[in-house]
This record gives sequence, C-alpha cells and structure tokens, in this order.
Amino acid sequence: MAIFDRSLDLGPCVPRPDDDMIVCRCEEITKGEIRRAIHEGMYTMTELRRYLRAGMGLCQGNTCGRNVKSILAAELGCRPAQLEDCTARGPARPVVVDTYGKEVFDRD
Amino acid sequence: MTNTADVIVIGSGVVGSATAYELARRGHRVTVLERSPNVGDGASSRNGAGVRLGGRLSPEAELAAKSIYEIWPTLGEELDADLEYVRAGSLTLAHSESQIASLDKKLAKDRKSGAPSRLVDGAEAREICPYLSSYVEQAVWSEMDGHANPMATTLAYYRAARRLGARYITGENVVALEKRQGRVRRVLTEAGTVYEADKVILAAGFNSRRIAKTVGLWIPFLKRVDECLITEVQPPMFQVRLSCADGNFYGSQTRHGSFLFGGNTNLERYEECYDGKPMNTNKQAADKCRAIAKFLPALKNVKVVRHWAGWLDSMVDRLPIIQEIPEVPGLILACGFSGHGFAIAPAVGKVVTQLALGEPACVDVSALSYDRFKPTGV
Repeated sequence: MAIFDRSLDLGPCVPRPDDDMIVCRCEEITKGEIRRAIHEGMYTMTELRRYLRAGMGLCQGNTCGRNVKSILAAELGCRPAQLEDCTARGPARPVVVDTYGKEVFDRD
Repeated sequence: MTNTADVIVIGSGVVGSATAYELARRGHRVTVLERSPNVGDGASSRNGAGVRLGGRLSPEAELAAKSIYEIWPTLGEELDADLEYVRAGSLTLAHSESQIASLDKKLAKDRKSGAPSRLVDGAEAREICPYLSSYVEQAVWSEMDGHANPMATTLAYYRAARRLGARYITGENVVALEKRQGRVRRVLTEAGTVYEADKVILAAGFNSRRIAKTVGLWIPFLKRVDECLITEVQPPMFQVRLSCADGNFYGSQTRHGSFLFGGNTNLERYEECYDGKPMNTNKQAADKCRAIAKFLPALKNVKVVRHWAGWLDSMVDRLPIIQEIPEVPGLILACGFSGHGFAIAPAVGKVVTQLALGEPACVDVSALSYDRFKPTGV
C-alpha cells in the first residue's frame, strides 16, 4: 500500500474547454467537477466517488469508472493502471426490495 | 519535509479530521496519519448518516446537544461544503410488545438528557410520515433529530484542514507509540518512519486498541459489523429519519433521492465475518428488505443498488473514551464511539482540541475516562 503525502500541491485548477462534458451520466457529474475535486485533495478513485457521487448511481460506475480514472491519472501525472479501483459492491445487478426480502437464510 | 509536528492525529475519520481542522484553524502544526489509502475509510464512510439528539446517555448527550444546537446548523457554511444536513425529526417505530417496551427505555433516556421526545400512536406517526403502514402501532417522535452526509462531512473537514496547512499522509500504518522522558513523543509506522510530536491523538476506531496496547493501555471494546443498503433514486418523499425500536433497521431519504437503510439482525456476532475487511453477510440485506416492505410498502418495488458493511468500535458501555491519559502524558484517546460518533464529531473535535491545548473543555467529558471500567464482581 503506497504511502501518499497529501501535501502534494497540484496548483490551481485551470479551466478547460471540455469541462462541461458529463462523465458520470447517472449522477450527471462533469469533467470540470471531477478535475476541481482532484485539485481540492481527492486523490483516489474512492475519495472522488464519495465526494462527488460519480459512480454511485444506477450503473455503479460500470460506465464512467474508466473515464474518471483517466482524468485522475492525467491530473496526478501517473498511469491509470497505477490507480486502485473503487470497491465493487453487491448486488451485481439492482434487485427489487420485495424480491430481495424473499432471500432465504442459508444455514450452511 | 520534517516529521515533527505540534500534534499528531492517528486516524483521518470524521473525529480525527474534525480535530485536525480545529487545531489547524488555531495555527497549530498537525500531521494526520491514516492507515488506509483513503481518507475517512472506517465507520465515517460506512455509516447510516443519522444526526440524532435522542436516545443518548450523559455525557454523550451533552456532546450531541452542543453539536446539534450550536455547530451542525452552520457547519456547512463554515467548511464551505454542502453537508446535506436536515433537521426534520425522527420516528422510532414499534410493532411488537417488546419493541413498544424498548420505546419506554428510550423515553427514559431522553427525560434524563433533556432531549425533546414524546410517544405517539400509529395514527399520529402516519400523519408525520404518511408513507408508514398500519404495521406501526406506536412510535417515539424526536423533533431535534436529523441526518447528514457522512462522507461529504468527513471529506469537507479533510479539505478544510488541508487548506489550513494540516499534513495528511495516507497508507501510513501506525504500529507503536513510544514514550520519551515519561511523555508520549514518537509514533512508529510499519514502513519504519518515525513521527514526533508533543501531543498524540489516537482516533483510529477499533485499531486504537492495538496501538494503545503499545503503551500499556487496554481498551474494553469489540468490533461489531453493521450493514447498510441504498436504493435507486426516488422522487422526494419524506425528510423524517426512521428507525425500528429494536434496531434491525434505521434510515432516511438522502438529498439526491436514494433511500439509505442500515442495521443488523443481531446474529452477526456469531458469524465468522470478523477477519480482514468488513463483509456483507447473505441475510442482512434480505432482513432489512423485509422490514422496509412491512413498514414502508411504497418502497416495495424500488431497487437496491448497493450494500456495504462497516465496523462499530463497540465499547462495553457503548460510550467513547475521550481523555488525556494520566499515565501517558501527551496521549489523548478519542475512540470507542460505538456507532454513535458521526453526529457528535463536530463537538468532539473541539473538545479534543481543547484537551490537547490544556484548555477547559466546552463539554465536560471527565466521565469518559479510560479507567471507568470495573469487573462486574466488584
């Protein structure tokens, strides 16, 4: 697990022409919002998700996860493969409350 | 960069970060050490979002009152962030005899602490929250309760503390504390780095136990697992926070529209799910879904999109330790919040800062000492 001193200063977040582009479609989070969050100290995929809700909607980041990662890597100046993904959480597909309630307690 | 600071805070959760913010605001050099790669990765980002005044024992009740009456209403403005704080009251719901009996216990606590709350019948509960079913026989209405976004709050404290110059280091696993000339001075990490400070604040949740042991302190707490689930977005329905009297679920609708429910089935402590990361069990989400369908039939056809589990650092008396340890001068414990820490963190941050600076605390926490525990045979 890498030790990361958050004193790292990325400098001011300079606006870019494509900042209005929506990256997370479920939660309607733009590239500019993601870039600003990174410059405010959200340096991991998990922190970005918790701070902005990018990847917390109906698709759970299956659509935008890669793109958010590329943006974070570009701002931090590293390769996307060096960044840890968010924890994938169940259920694998959205499940209706009433259906889920019929799950039987497996005693094994 | 030098590894010496005025104060070292171990743990970057909402308590650690609130303390780092208060110290940095007053011009002190603070270093925050976090074991996880992410800031606030423990209970601060895995909790049920409740900000409740009711159902608390003294002096936790005073910390809650300080937070809810004086700090929460303006905290978002102070930290320049939307914390989604809503004070819309809460209903503790009861159906069975045993649940109704536990409402009396809650009312007795509130009478003692002065939190406004009263018993309402099923019809009045349905007036307050029209989505409740006839399954609700009785409830306790607590008008000062509410909810907020715990992740937004923790990260807002982090951002504000960092802006004020607090140094955060993630992925830095503290393994031991060391004394110098009778006072705590050095903090050693797994990577072999040594940090030094005049004061060390231990706010590392359940891991505080392992770290405190290195200076001879034994904290009587266990880790317990609690799980949450969240639904897809719904139109705004109600702002009241709901909970079930025997604790099998609690929750509210979040600002963005999802419903967040947490709780446990009381069987988890007998499961083998206590190693490594907190894990979801296969029965909790189902149990909560059954409770939701019974109490809130309007949510029957809503989809669950995600669930997660987290640890409670559960103290034997369910109250935290907040104290500068007399036998280890310079060491301040702020841990063992037992699942009640999020709502009171704003006041705890101030109190811990005052303890660290040797000032009188704005809330008397002398009853939260580490040596208050006695064997039951005595």
